[in-house]
Amino acid sequence: MMKFRFRRQGADPQREKLKQELFAFNKTVEHGFPNQPSALAFDPELRIMAIGTRSGAVKIYGAPGVEFTGLHRDAATVTQMHFLTGQGRLLSLLDDSSLHLWEIVHHNGCAHLEEALSFQLPSRPGFDGASAPLSLTRVTVVLLVAAGDIAALGTEGSSVFFLDVTTLTLLEGQTLAPGEVLRSVPDDYRCGKALGPVESLQGHLRDPTKILIGYSRGLLVIWNQASQCVDHIFLGNQLESLCWGRDSSTVVSSHSDGSYAVWSVDAGSFPTLQPTVATTPYGPFPCKAINKILWRNCESGGHFIIFSGGMPRASYGDRHCVSVLRAETLVTLDFTSRIIDFFTVHSTRPEDEFDDPQALAVLLEEELVVLDLQTPGWPAVPAPYLAPLHSSAITCSAHVASVPAKLWARIVSAGEQQSPQPVSSALSWPITGGRNLAQEPSQRGLLLTGHEDGTVRFWDASGVALRPLYKLSTAGLFQTDCEHADSLAQAAEDDWPPFRKVGCFDPYSDDPRLGVQKVALCKYTAQMVVAGTAGQVLVLELSDVPVEQAVSVAIIDLLQDREGFTWKGHERLSPRTGPLPWPAGFQPRVLVQCLPPAAVTAVTLHTEWSLVAFGTSHGFGLFDYQRKSPVLARCTLHPNDSLAMEGPLSRVKSLKKSLRQSFRRIRKSRVSGKKRAANASSKLQEANAQLAEQACPHDVEMTPVQRRIEPRSADDSLSGVVRCLYFADTFLRDGAHHGPTMWAGTNSGSVFAYALEVPAAAVGGEKRPEQAVEAVLGKEVQLMHRAPVVAIAVLDGRGRPLPEPYEASRDLAQAPDMQGGHAVLIASEEQFKVFTLPKVSAKTKFKLTAHEGCRVRKVALATFASVACEDYAETCLACLTNLGDVHVFSVPGLRPQVHYSCIRKEDISGIASCVFTRHGQGFYLISPSEFERFSLSARNITEPLCSLDINWPRDATQASYRIRESPKLSQANGTPSILLAPQSLDGSPDPAHSMGPDTPEPPEAALSPMSIDSATSADTTLDTTGDVTVEDVKDFLGKARTIPTSTCPARSWSAGSLAPAWPLNIEPRLLTCRLHWDLLSCPA
Amino acid sequence: MNRSHRHGAGSGCLGTMEFGAEFRRFSLERSKPGKFEEFYGLLQHVHKIPNVDVLVGYADIHGDLLPINNDDNYHKAVSTANPLLRIFIQKKEEADYSAFGTDTLIKKKNVLTNVLRPDNHRKKPHIVISMPQDFRPVSSIIDVDILPETHRRVRLYKYGTEKPLGFYIRDGSSVRVTPHGLEKVPGIFISRLVPGGLAQSTGLLAVNDEVLEVNGIEVSGKSLDQVTDMMIANSRNLIITVRPANQRNNVVRNSRTSGSSGQSTDNSLLGYPQQIEPSFEPEDEDSEEDDIIIEDNGVPQQIPKAVPNTESLESLTQIELSFESGQNGFIPSNEVSLAAIASSSNTEFETHAPDQKLLEEDGTIITL
Repeated sequence: MMKFRFRRQGADPQREKLKQELFAFNKTVEHGFPNQPSALAFDPELRIMAIGTRSGAVKIYGAPGVEFTGLHRDAATVTQMHFLTGQGRLLSLLDDSSLHLWEIVHHNGCAHLEEALSFQLPSRPGFDGASAPLSLTRVTVVLLVAAGDIAALGTEGSSVFFLDVTTLTLLEGQTLAPGEVLRSVPDDYRCGKALGPVESLQGHLRDPTKILIGYSRGLLVIWNQASQCVDHIFLGNQLESLCWGRDSSTVVSSHSDGSYAVWSVDAGSFPTLQPTVATTPYGPFPCKAINKILWRNCESGGHFIIFSGGMPRASYGDRHCVSVLRAETLVTLDFTSRIIDFFTVHSTRPEDEFDDPQALAVLLEEELVVLDLQTPGWPAVPAPYLAPLHSSAITCSAHVASVPAKLWARIVSAGEQQSPQPVSSALSWPITGGRNLAQEPSQRGLLLTGHEDGTVRFWDASGVALRPLYKLSTAGLFQTDCEHADSLAQAAEDDWPPFRKVGCFDPYSDDPRLGVQKVALCKYTAQMVVAGTAGQVLVLELSDVPVEQAVSVAIIDLLQDREGFTWKGHERLSPRTGPLPWPAGFQPRVLVQCLPPAAVTAVTLHTEWSLVAFGTSHGFGLFDYQRKSPVLARCTLHPNDSLAMEGPLSRVKSLKKSLRQSFRRIRKSRVSGKKRAANASSKLQEANAQLAEQACPHDVEMTPVQRRIEPRSADDSLSGVVRCLYFADTFLRDGAHHGPTMWAGTNSGSVFAYALEVPAAAVGGEKRPEQAVEAVLGKEVQLMHRAPVVAIAVLDGRGRPLPEPYEASRDLAQAPDMQGGHAVLIASEEQFKVFTLPKVSAKTKFKLTAHEGCRVRKVALATFASVACEDYAETCLACLTNLGDVHVFSVPGLRPQVHYSCIRKEDISGIASCVFTRHGQGFYLISPSEFERFSLSARNITEPLCSLDINWPRDATQASYRIRESPKLSQANGTPSILLAPQSLDGSPDPAHSMGPDTPEPPEAALSPMSIDSATSADTTLDTTGDVTVEDVKDFLGKARTIPTSTCPARSWSAGSLAPAWPLNIEPRLLTCRLHWDLLSCPA
Repeated sequence: MNRSHRHGAGSGCLGTMEFGAEFRRFSLERSKPGKFEEFYGLLQHVHKIPNVDVLVGYADIHGDLLPINNDDNYHKAVSTANPLLRIFIQKKEEADYSAFGTDTLIKKKNVLTNVLRPDNHRKKPHIVISMPQDFRPVSSIIDVDILPETHRRVRLYKYGTEKPLGFYIRDGSSVRVTPHGLEKVPGIFISRLVPGGLAQSTGLLAVNDEVLEVNGIEVSGKSLDQVTDMMIANSRNLIITVRPANQRNNVVRNSRTSGSSGQSTDNSLLGYPQQIEPSFEPEDEDSEEDDIIIEDNGVPQQIPKAVPNTESLESLTQIELSFESGQNGFIPSNEVSLAAIASSSNTEFETHAPDQKLLEEDGTIITL
């Protein structure tokens, strides 16, 4: 009853308001490379590029920071995309033959991608004159003709349909049936009865009436729309692709036998032609098809022929190659993943006589590669975004917030030295469309990803575009078996074809032991620790100059002479001895190797004390890396634990275990089945009686899935795994003296706290004296629910977490309250608890699992700043559960504040990959190659804000309530959700639009808190109703209309500036609400 | 004839003689209770029955009748005297658990214990009694008066027993009557009881019982894995509300027809979750403050609760909650009934300092 009362108190309106100012959940941007790309398009005028994926996502990229995302309603593969050049519109074709028209529209100054129209080719019988079977009307190719007003659709049934693009309606009567074409084709050009599907449609650059149609069986015709007749006819082999030369006198065709042919279109000669050139570039042995071919001429004479595929079937049939041929120069670009599509960036102005391609962009299954075609040697251009995060599988990630400018510059310069930009290359990134309106990030965020191949990649995570900064490789420190094999493979490479390895996607790991398990970086001292799969713990330090030095190696036995354990896993890595050359960047100082060499499960670094702590499934150790001497090793292994000795790479283990379990299950069910049969008759009676008696009889259907209810016991397998390690300067032994402590938490709910004797550094001196560090076990806490301890943090007298090393001493953070009253927060998978220090007594707790049935996967302490008040912030505990929900709790009260569902609970890798930032954001992998960024903070949001200059006359007063796809709330791989964005509130042009950039915003427009309240309250009423009906929406709209037009809420209303820098940059989120798909037909 | 004796240890006064029972009252040194053999001799001496074999029992703080037959449970009994220890003596040849019922005091108690633990006494009346931990509660039916009679709320005390909880749950579906008619809704069911496990030994849970709540939190809408995690998280003090598959053997129902409170029918119809939930909330805070701290002296201790400090409302809430949680639905009811017993038999209790020495009224003075 008490609880009941207090619970109600939680709904205190002031607190609720404050919560709204502190917390808001948004999925803001997807970083990395789209998973499973399937289509590519480029708008040469706006210089933007679109990538479509198999899950139906459309992503448009321009200059760094300019990103648009949309998601088709049906999760169908995007097979083709075509920009309506210069209009910011995009026509996409899905594999269900539906066409969708996307528009980039500006809301409040920011551009978003919205689906405008969609079209499904009618498949009713008799439509096509002939009763075409359903499959014959499948659209195979799309061509935009007449400046994008009309689209020609080639189908599987050899017909070509014409479509009005602005309305997406079929132009009846213009359909080009195969019969019409066949009429003008001589008999010997007819390849059998049918022409086959339309394989390619190409428009004439200058004459929109001429269309080059290629049929699959090999017939090519130039169709004149005006005269409705065939101008020219060519007959080749089985067709793959077509390209029209710039002057329209040349046609290039590529074929499935690996050949291509060049045809010259001479107006005089009629009508059938022979190819001027027909060649199989990688012949004479059978070759694979050339899937796509491009012909680009140059002002300097000659031309580029760029094609994909065509490799000799037997010897190189498995390669993914794009060949670039210019005059005598042929380069075979050898990629590591499948080629999806490619385009050239070239001049498209009709008055230009030459293409003059500047760059070639190749979209591969796993990465995007852009080559500079103007620089000799065609070097690759480093991409500012779309980085293949997964070039080697990501094994861990960490985020470092507020990186000091100095360290940032040093990391950037180390990265530049790693991949020197070719000075000769004049070309920078060619896809430059749009403007990034987002303000320069207030602080620099660094995302570190550890990879399977032993590398750690440093990413600039400050903004929308995740930019690679630096790559640290630890593999060079170790001897691995695979090195020689690699060099041999290089030597065995033939001169022909002239392969050139391009791209950085490399899914193959040399040695799985190199995998990085944990990373920690100290941003003040530029020291970091990288811990890996074979128990290696590497302490590194950033250096601006290359050095050659030997790395000292120490081995720590974590079993501590425990008898009866034999490690059955992998060997430890053998380090290279002697001085090794290290380039500028992070250079190793000390290598500690744990024995047994199990994967490191926890690591922490304290640079002020020069200590590193690490844990494995067997125990934990403490190492003084200044004196290069071990301080402590402690075994946490339970005597009965055999699984811990199997090693993480043992697949036999899990298979054996699961087999054993399933056999046991079968046996048990048989036993119980027999028992049941024995008293079946009584059971039957019972069941009958039950049925008669009960109003609601049970369904007796048995499902095989059952769960055992048993509390954890101390001797469960892997109970000794060290889950977290933590350093703190706090009160462990008595309330009068604080000092260095180390904390370790295990899988079985044990917490060990050590008091450390660290010799104090001389005043002003960075390094402490050369005395031994000592560790004494101070306390040991056993949580009786025995759930794994996932995090430990010490809170100061004011209930705030202690600052990082050096943070306080360098005046970068408020000094902690060291007057006593410290408390330790211990987060297990089931509960959060706060205990007082130094006398351990239970202060507060929250039993998450007992209440919600979910288990803690990730926790972090984060600072949430208020949107309403510049300097108000709260430190809270953010927590991700195994159901994919994010919960926020107050600290140290541990009261639940808000919770949101974030990740699908089936997405285990997404949940496992989640990492929180210090300021209430987070990242998780939505595919092996993409991080979704989300924000829990109402203030700290990183999302694309960009604009695009579109020269397409658009009805600005068209103020209908368009239900649109959210730019970001819909996640490509997640469940789609829609935003209803009131574009304007009363049907008149949007107030923000009507105001010029020069008109100062009326103060009350942006600064009235009333407007915010009314808007948000309207928002919440809708949001909390769950299932929203059309009536609700109408009500909402009606309510919204009563709000004065000038009360459009702006994020900047609290900043106190009457005229924000971007009056148009108004945040529409406060007025948005989630709706269901069935509202799409909602009347405006 | 059954000779039943009541003794007061510490102090107290003698009540009336009932049903041929004899009452004696004497004092013991609480700090030095001595051995059981000595005590047994003392009892025989006090009752002047030197050659009669007797069974010695005592009423513990919950009102349960527990035996005294070795040093361990004797010490336990003395240490629980508060300050009066009531001891019951029966001739061994007549001794039987049900025989205790001849005494009115115990009769009432037995009704109570029957409600709480209906099976324990009936099923194994002649159990050989040994160690005191056998007499910790292992299970109970609680909240009988506020639950609909088709439901049963079972509390399993995992703490202190070596037995596994011993049951499995599964997904299933049950049919519910809703305003829209019959509806098939997913539910969680007990799928298997492990032979010899706690769940089976209580006899309060059975296969195909539908699990409705776990420690006061409804399981509807939760997945099997969630419910599993909730049960494991509460496994030290698990309270499951089930709808038994077999409604005929519903003990609760039988005892209820004998008439305790008639409000359950109302509860079953409307608003019962709202009513029971608050009374339930504190339960889950109970019996769980047993995280252990080992300080540098190496002795494991339970972690105490922090003294509430007024600075944070939130921590205050927590403290008060768990303070209240000390009284759960089970224990208070016993305390109340004990008081009633005491008054009905005209027994008066005086409070004495425990170390205060003996004085006896019917002349026998014993110094230990």
